[in-house]
Amino acid sequence: MYALPGGAVRRSLLLIGRGIRSQPKTFALAIGASALWGLAFVAVGWLLGRLTDDVVVPALTGEELGTSRIVGAGLVLLGLAVTTAVTVAGRRIWAGIGAVDVQAGHRRLVTRQYLRLPMSWHRSHPTGQLLSNANSDAESAGYVFMPLPFALGVIVMVIGATAAMFASDVVLGFIGLTVLPLVLAVNAVYRRWMTPAITQVQAERAEVSDVAHESFEAATIVKSLGTEQIEEDRFTEVTHRLREANVRVGRIRSVFDPVIDLMPALATLAVLVVGVHRVSSGDALTGDVITASYLLTILTFPVRAIGFVLGDLPRSLVGHDRISRVIDARGYLEPGDVDLSGTGGLHLETEHVRLEVGRGAEARLLLQDVSLVVPPGGTLAVVGSTGAGKSTLVDVLLRMTDATEGVVRYDGVDVRALSEASRTAAAALVAQTAFVFEDTVRSNITLADPGASPITDEQVWEALRLARADAFIRELPGGLDEVLGERGTSLSGGQRQRIAIARALVRQPRLLVLDDATSAVDPQVEQAILANLREQACTVVVIAYRNATIALADRVLHLEAGRVVDVGTHAELLARDPGYAEIVTAYARDREQRA
Amino acid sequence: MSARPAGQSTRIEATSDLGVFGTLREGLRLSPAITRGIGITLLLAVVATVGRLVVPFTVQQATDRGIVGDADPDLVLRMCAIAAGVLLVTGVATSWVNVRLFTATEAGLAQLRIRAFRHVHDLSVLTQNTERRGSLVSRVTSDVDTISMFVQWGGIMLILSMLQILGATIAMLFYSWQLTLVVWLVFLPMLVLAPRGQRLLNGAYGQVRARVGGMLAAISEAVVGAQTIRAYGSGARVLGRIHQAITAHRDAAVKAQVYSSLAFSTGTLLSGVALAAVVTLGTMLGLAGQITVGGLLAFLFLVQIFTGPVQSATEVLNEMQNAVAGWRRVISVVHTPIDVEDPERPVDLGPRHPASISFSGVGFAYPDGPPVLQDVDLEIPAGSRVAIVGETGSGKTTLARLVTRFADPQRGTVCIDGVDLRDVRLSDLRGRVVVVPQEGFLFTGTVADNVGYGRRRASRERIEEAVAELGLSAWVASLPQGLDTDVGQRGESLSAGERQLVAIMRAYLADADVLVLDEATSAVDPATESRITRALVGLTAGRTSIAIAHRLSTAEAADMVVVVDAGRVVEVGPHAELVAQGGRYARLHASWVVQSG
Repeated sequence: MYALPGGAVRRSLLLIGRGIRSQPKTFALAIGASALWGLAFVAVGWLLGRLTDDVVVPALTGEELGTSRIVGAGLVLLGLAVTTAVTVAGRRIWAGIGAVDVQAGHRRLVTRQYLRLPMSWHRSHPTGQLLSNANSDAESAGYVFMPLPFALGVIVMVIGATAAMFASDVVLGFIGLTVLPLVLAVNAVYRRWMTPAITQVQAERAEVSDVAHESFEAATIVKSLGTEQIEEDRFTEVTHRLREANVRVGRIRSVFDPVIDLMPALATLAVLVVGVHRVSSGDALTGDVITASYLLTILTFPVRAIGFVLGDLPRSLVGHDRISRVIDARGYLEPGDVDLSGTGGLHLETEHVRLEVGRGAEARLLLQDVSLVVPPGGTLAVVGSTGAGKSTLVDVLLRMTDATEGVVRYDGVDVRALSEASRTAAAALVAQTAFVFEDTVRSNITLADPGASPITDEQVWEALRLARADAFIRELPGGLDEVLGERGTSLSGGQRQRIAIARALVRQPRLLVLDDATSAVDPQVEQAILANLREQACTVVVIAYRNATIALADRVLHLEAGRVVDVGTHAELLARDPGYAEIVTAYARDREQRA
Repeated sequence: MSARPAGQSTRIEATSDLGVFGTLREGLRLSPAITRGIGITLLLAVVATVGRLVVPFTVQQATDRGIVGDADPDLVLRMCAIAAGVLLVTGVATSWVNVRLFTATEAGLAQLRIRAFRHVHDLSVLTQNTERRGSLVSRVTSDVDTISMFVQWGGIMLILSMLQILGATIAMLFYSWQLTLVVWLVFLPMLVLAPRGQRLLNGAYGQVRARVGGMLAAISEAVVGAQTIRAYGSGARVLGRIHQAITAHRDAAVKAQVYSSLAFSTGTLLSGVALAAVVTLGTMLGLAGQITVGGLLAFLFLVQIFTGPVQSATEVLNEMQNAVAGWRRVISVVHTPIDVEDPERPVDLGPRHPASISFSGVGFAYPDGPPVLQDVDLEIPAGSRVAIVGETGSGKTTLARLVTRFADPQRGTVCIDGVDLRDVRLSDLRGRVVVVPQEGFLFTGTVADNVGYGRRRASRERIEEAVAELGLSAWVASLPQGLDTDVGQRGESLSAGERQLVAIMRAYLADADVLVLDEATSAVDPATESRITRALVGLTAGRTSIAIAHRLSTAEAADMVVVVDAGRVVEVGPHAELVAQGGRYARLHASWVVQSG
């Protein structure tokens, strides 16, 4: 299981451990650089104190000192400056690479699952959710790894600084020992106040975005009904809620930032007051005071890094939980190794197919006892009202989901035993919503990289011609090399459907499944395409929404609520199945009513 | 805003071409609340900055007068007590500055957000369509959020930092001009190189954003195209493309991280160098009697105060660049001219009644496109049912939609009851002409919420009456909670056909004189189909209706059929007459009859 077990602390540690183990070298370098940086930082403070005592005070109070000692001290400081800079760069670069690699690794795991899991899994997960699993959830699961090496370095630094202060003077050390936990405590309170405030801002932001999305998508309706003011009022309301939430975050920051800034300054003053006593009583040297006050001044910002990690952990855990649900999902459709050998239309049959999805109270029965036979070269139309299970049947016929019980056979062979190459070569689908890849026209048809496909350009053009897509493709400036999709040429719904049909036909499939494949095509063009389809030497299953498509078929199957109501010719069903008659005569009836 | 030729529509530019200062000036002009009370805020900021200098000063005084030489603990104690008091005042002032800036900025950005939002709705449909919806949304959401983020985490810091650098410099000059010069000299290369580094960083982050887009596009193919990918066994190829996109994003992110790390550590290096230089040279200056021990120590603290803001400058500047980019994108929306505007002297349309529509010599083209409509003359009598028929791309949708004034024609006029649409007040026109769109878009809420949506929210009784009048009582009763059924996000718990029913009821309650019906092309199950047909009969009764017909059954039922081909009206007349003529319509109809059996 990829999900993390146990309570919050255990889960946090497991999350961190798993991330570090996935990129051990990168994180080792990052943490190493960070620790070195922490020590160099403390060394600067310690050295400043020693320099004060050994060089500055003697020099300025009139003792004779060679310039070489002064220059030597300067060079040591310069060396530390370079060390600090190099380790800062190393820490940030390696921590960044580590975090980005953890995120990329999660994205690879998640997207591989998207391609391995069955259609039934896809159908039960909204598109938006799956996109955010691969994008923002994978990102937030890696958040914590960015500040993590920094925070670990800070811990080294805090220990080093405390030791340095104690080494200088015990009393001054105690001041440091009081101030540092105080800084940590204030940070903890800060975070406790801030987390809900920021969560609130995020929620309000999502709300503003929702209203804007909805309103702009409905722009035409808004204009048509003249409801601009209503929309503005709605948007103003959420905007002001977001504003208030932002201001609340601002107020919290406004209180805490100066407090956190003030603490080291006040500690410096305390060190001065105590330091004067210690120096005058001879217990400490001026340099000890300098070391303590310098370290206290510079420590405050880095100490916040520990807060960053603690603040990012909950978000990372939530992100990790979300992607774990994808990574832990099972139900892969493992292909078999049998190859089909025949040519021409194949013999399709299903026997007592039953499909159930979900478990327990959420279980739903989608298909029940579906048996059908389509002989080679035959055409079967599937008719049924919305939600009857037509598209689910398509999934099962093409083995995009396995039946819970029963079997689907191509030429007598269980589809689960077929190799993937053999199954996809035998059967082709034109889906209800035509899908176009962001790729060239050619690759959209061949589904392969240029040169990697056995399909020739002539075959592509022939398929485009059969799908009546050749004319508009010829008009594109790039022809077959024109890139389609969001960032390329956008096509109308009908044009996309024709591309999808050509993609199926170019393979000369032995089984062709059409799911309302011509709904957006002009009637005349549709007629021509259907005529071309009739000439193909293959077995056809067509999900029919109109009489024109039913007319393609030699037999019709009437499906309702996942069960086969009746199978027969159109005329037979019309005569003996009142539900079927109701559906197919709907258009004709409308025409009579209107006339 | 430049003058446009009549009827020429405008497009929303991706970003405004203002410079950085021009953007800030215009941004502030659009959000006047930001600068409200800025004088007091700046004054407080000065107090807050001066207060920070008290620690180095105290260190110097305490060292020179209390530690080195004759120790005077009481003096040190008194000085520290005063310094602590000053620090507290500083803290309060800082706090106050932050609160004031936050409140003012958020109020100003809320103004900007609402203004841009409203402006989008005021633009013509044509202008709205020049930009993707998602991109428009980001103009009023994430782009404004970027500005807000900058103000919260960077902007306040920028103001305080500049004052801090200035204050520290003055204080440093007070102790030693030579050392001040050294500190500035050390940081000079950074100031010179910063703009260059900034450009590199911007380029790198721009790459990351572009790669995120590419990665999301690749991933969405695996999700949206799941069925196709499985059917054709092209999973391995798609996975390869996705992993390529993920790697490209990873590489870009690493590059950006390396650049920003180098920029940041340069700051760290320079502040370390400055410290080393000050200690070395300061001690030598001390030997020459030019600075005291306390002065030198104070200087060390001042270097810290000076270098802190300089070090974070790269990050603040980076955020500022993002904010300016966001600001530009919002400004470009607000600056988009509204091309369909209210007339200066509107003509009153008189009392409500079915209206006639006429086109005379209408010519129309989309921006930078070929003519879509040419020389269209058409009379639609009041109260008639008209079906516009033609192939995809023939111009039938444009023709129907000119009636709603979604854009103005470049040539000729469209009139309602003989009045040019351009002379009618838009709010008046919206009350008269209503569109029933192809995709029945629903708002999140219940069926009743959606049916009642309009300028005057319909009462429950009126909604129930409408349901009955349109013959939809049985359908409403079949819904889980009747009219109170939740339609889900964007209406997804209803089928496409049911969403259209809701849109029809909504249009019915809007009670328009002229209806423009955009017929749905997507498949609807027969039961819903017949409900839609019946409801449309009720909706169009007693009104002028213009249907963009995709199914010829609509044309059969109409009083008048208008056949459009390649931007011209080629045939007009009743269905039976056109069929008898044996022209283009007769051919279209014949093939449709064969097909629908």
